[in-house]
Amino acid sequence: MPDEQEIQLDLERQGIFLSTLNRLYNWGRRSSIWPMSFGLACCAIEMMAFGLSRYDVSRFGAELFRASPRQADLMIVAGTVTKKMAPQVVRLYNQMAEPRYVVSMGACATSGGPFRDGYNVLRGIDLLLPVDVYVPGCPPRPEALLHALMALQDQIDHQKLGRLRWYGSGNKPQTSDFPVPTFGAKGLEVDGRLIDPVGGLPLLSPYNAPEFGETKTGSLEHPEIVRHFPIMDPTVELEDAFKAQGVSPEIAANDLKRDEVGDGKA
Amino acid sequence: MARLSAAELRERLRNDLPAALVEPAPLNLKAAPAHGAQAAGFITTDAVVAPERLVAAALYLRDTLGYAYLSDIAVVDYLADGLFELGYRFYHVEGGPSLVIKTRVPRETPEVPSLTPVWPGANFHEREAFDLYGIIFTGHPFLRRIYLWDEFEGFPMRKDFPKQGDKYIGADE
Repeated sequence: MPDEQEIQLDLERQGIFLSTLNRLYNWGRRSSIWPMSFGLACCAIEMMAFGLSRYDVSRFGAELFRASPRQADLMIVAGTVTKKMAPQVVRLYNQMAEPRYVVSMGACATSGGPFRDGYNVLRGIDLLLPVDVYVPGCPPRPEALLHALMALQDQIDHQKLGRLRWYGSGNKPQTSDFPVPTFGAKGLEVDGRLIDPVGGLPLLSPYNAPEFGETKTGSLEHPEIVRHFPIMDPTVELEDAFKAQGVSPEIAANDLKRDEVGDGKA
Repeated sequence: MARLSAAELRERLRNDLPAALVEPAPLNLKAAPAHGAQAAGFITTDAVVAPERLVAAALYLRDTLGYAYLSDIAVVDYLADGLFELGYRFYHVEGGPSLVIKTRVPRETPEVPSLTPVWPGANFHEREAFDLYGIIFTGHPFLRRIYLWDEFEGFPMRKDFPKQGDKYIGADE
């Protein structure tokens, strides 16, 4: 595919225009990504700057912020997704017409950010929606969001019509509605199962960013995640917020996995 | 401009509303070591009124002193002392510093008379205090959760709400 593109570009410079339906399709798609005007927190302020004249997203053909999910191609999850807002976010995504893309903007939308250990913030919108581009930052600069848009356009450039996750062959899990979580006593629930418990890890694997819009299972997985970070060992008790009690196991075992810093003589 | 200090407020409450003021017991505060040596028991200088006289004291601030704007209601959970302290902050509409009256209720039965029937602006403040701390405002017309969903169990701003996060997996709640 890259070679093909090189040849095409080379020919275009010489005045010969050859194209494929794929390329025409992707060119049309990438040149009019209409985002939904939808902001959740402070990242939305940066998103406004990204849309207005100083950073001017209309240079990329994405200037039309639509107020309706039916007319939008791109959902920019701009800000902290609280658990109370998460069902509405999924419902808005379900109402968007395919093809649809998601940009997770900022630390909160990506992972929960500073509120990850709290009781009311979803630990990343990728637990519920397939995210195409993640933008780090708190909040990201408008330039970073522009770069995310360019990255998304690059992904769209590499889409293949027959293998798109929306209308390719095979089962197309992403055309069905994504499960809308419901409120439970301890957090959000999907099919009666707690997906983001108040204390503990989310029991839902993230929807990985699909590469070039092709690979995607779309099925909900509930792995009992077993992770062990020695520094997070529960035997390392915090007596209060100011004083750590005990020695972490990796220090006790002298297992820091790195050499001590020498004094330069040896 | 209204400039009434906390000491003056206590003096006026003592004269005009007898038996409303209570003597605040010292609180078991545990300060950060970085904050230096502090007195063991902290005694607030604000006016602390008995919960059953709270409405009378608030109306006294509004009708007699002119502090008509209830700015906020703050709740502090003193777990070691077994009590909640509620601070009501009032402003005079002509400006000037605020006045605070406080009240204390035991953690087991956190019931405070509601200001909403006489002070509609207290509605959302009290619902917030109920949502996050579980304070029962008796007489409130619509005491439901305001931030969290109705199905949520527990009051997350209480000090004994279970710790959150990856770090606490397997820890007893």
